[in-house]
Amino acid sequence: MYRIMKYVMLDILKNKILLFYTLLLAILSWSVFSLEDNATKGLLTLLNMVLLTVPLIAVIFSAIYVYNCGEFIELLVSQPIKRTKIYISIFTGLSISLLLAFMVGAGIPILIFAFNVSGLHLIIAGIFSTMVFTALAFLSASLTRDKAKGLGIAILIWLFFALLFDGIILFLVFQFAEYPIEKMMIGISVLSPIDLSRILVLLELDVSAMMGYTGAIFKEFFGTFTGRLFTILLLILWTIIPFLIAMFRFRKKDL
Amino acid sequence: MIAFKNINKSFGRLKALHDVNLDCNSGSTLALIGPNGCGKTTLIKGLLGMVVPDSGQILFNGKSIYNDHLYRNCIGYMPQIGRYPDNMTIGQIIDMIQEIRQPEKPVDDQLYRLFDLKNMADKKMRTLSGGTTQKVSATLAFMFNPDVLILDEPTAGLDPLASEILKEKIIQEKEAGKLILITSHLLSELDEMVNGIIFMQDGKIVFKKEVDIIKSETGEDRISKAIAKILKSAAHV
Repeated sequence: MYRIMKYVMLDILKNKILLFYTLLLAILSWSVFSLEDNATKGLLTLLNMVLLTVPLIAVIFSAIYVYNCGEFIELLVSQPIKRTKIYISIFTGLSISLLLAFMVGAGIPILIFAFNVSGLHLIIAGIFSTMVFTALAFLSASLTRDKAKGLGIAILIWLFFALLFDGIILFLVFQFAEYPIEKMMIGISVLSPIDLSRILVLLELDVSAMMGYTGAIFKEFFGTFTGRLFTILLLILWTIIPFLIAMFRFRKKDL
Repeated sequence: MIAFKNINKSFGRLKALHDVNLDCNSGSTLALIGPNGCGKTTLIKGLLGMVVPDSGQILFNGKSIYNDHLYRNCIGYMPQIGRYPDNMTIGQIIDMIQEIRQPEKPVDDQLYRLFDLKNMADKKMRTLSGGTTQKVSATLAFMFNPDVLILDEPTAGLDPLASEILKEKIIQEKEAGKLILITSHLLSELDEMVNGIIFMQDGKIVFKKEVDIIKSETGEDRISKAIAKILKSAAHV
């Protein structure tokens, strides 16, 4: 398993897109921290950028990579090696490479300029965004043989969670403003990995006071240690479940 | 050694394999022939676990291959169209497969030397011609001294010289008592290599016979003529 992972990583680390991604993150984070005197404000700006770009790159890059791996998978499947092992190795190799890019691009500046609990939470949010959207890319690639369709699904998944989901929540909040929906909001935000990551960092930044009563409820629920553990557990589930579905489909796939 | 039991497989509406039953024992070299799209490659891919049959069982040495992968240690497979990762070089591919299979015995690098792949080891798979890709596939199939060799159109795309090298290698392995399964459309070149014929049509096995029996039944001394005669007589009925 380690051997296949090694070949996958060697292949990806040579990829220029990944280098570009690292550079983009580095430019974003260094400029944000240099422009803001206040590290917390910097983190807040960076949070929104990280939660937009990281999932986008992770989902598209991974989906393309899984499709391009077709030949590699075909070659390995006829060898004495389990299919599940092949799939897990590709997933791990791919996510480690993407995480490496994130850590070099955004992780290092965060650790330099904002070495505190909030900074660490932002790094955790970035790590999970990468993992979750890599897993979702595997899922979309497993749904169809057509590369264009698979990529379309991947982009739609990103579009839904990054933009549409917030719109739906906003709509709900306005429509049901008369009702006590604060507790329900917790349940709804669980449905989006990006929102979960955002809540994880925002509550640590102590800006939840600006979010009114809902913010207070959120703080009460997610702010505690158990709440934070719950969030991280949910993010882990968001990674594992799409990947397991994809792997289950791959086990029965005809090559 | 290999047994197919009531294998069915459809791709959508197309029925690729229709209740296939087949036994192959070691020591025989079998040619799998039939018109395009009759299910030869699907049958082979089923044996390799690349295609999962809808129903039925494939046994390798008496054990079902379903959810097993170790049996593939005993198989060398040369695909019809070898597809390899574009960015890897010939050397990397061969190294990687060796690392995965971890052979206990020293590897058989006869074809590697005869095809002169060493001088091309740094070439990326993307840049290779179809024939050179076939050479890589053949080298990988024979490299680990497998008990079973599955060759899907082995000589298609190879130049006459390389094709001759490969044929000699096949005959050498046949004499070593291995089970070899060859699909081919070039019936004329099968004469020296095979001792049994499996004829498939529309996803069904029409017959499996020894070459000697076919020849004596038809009164022809070449496989190509004998098969042509059988097909003609079948068309009359």
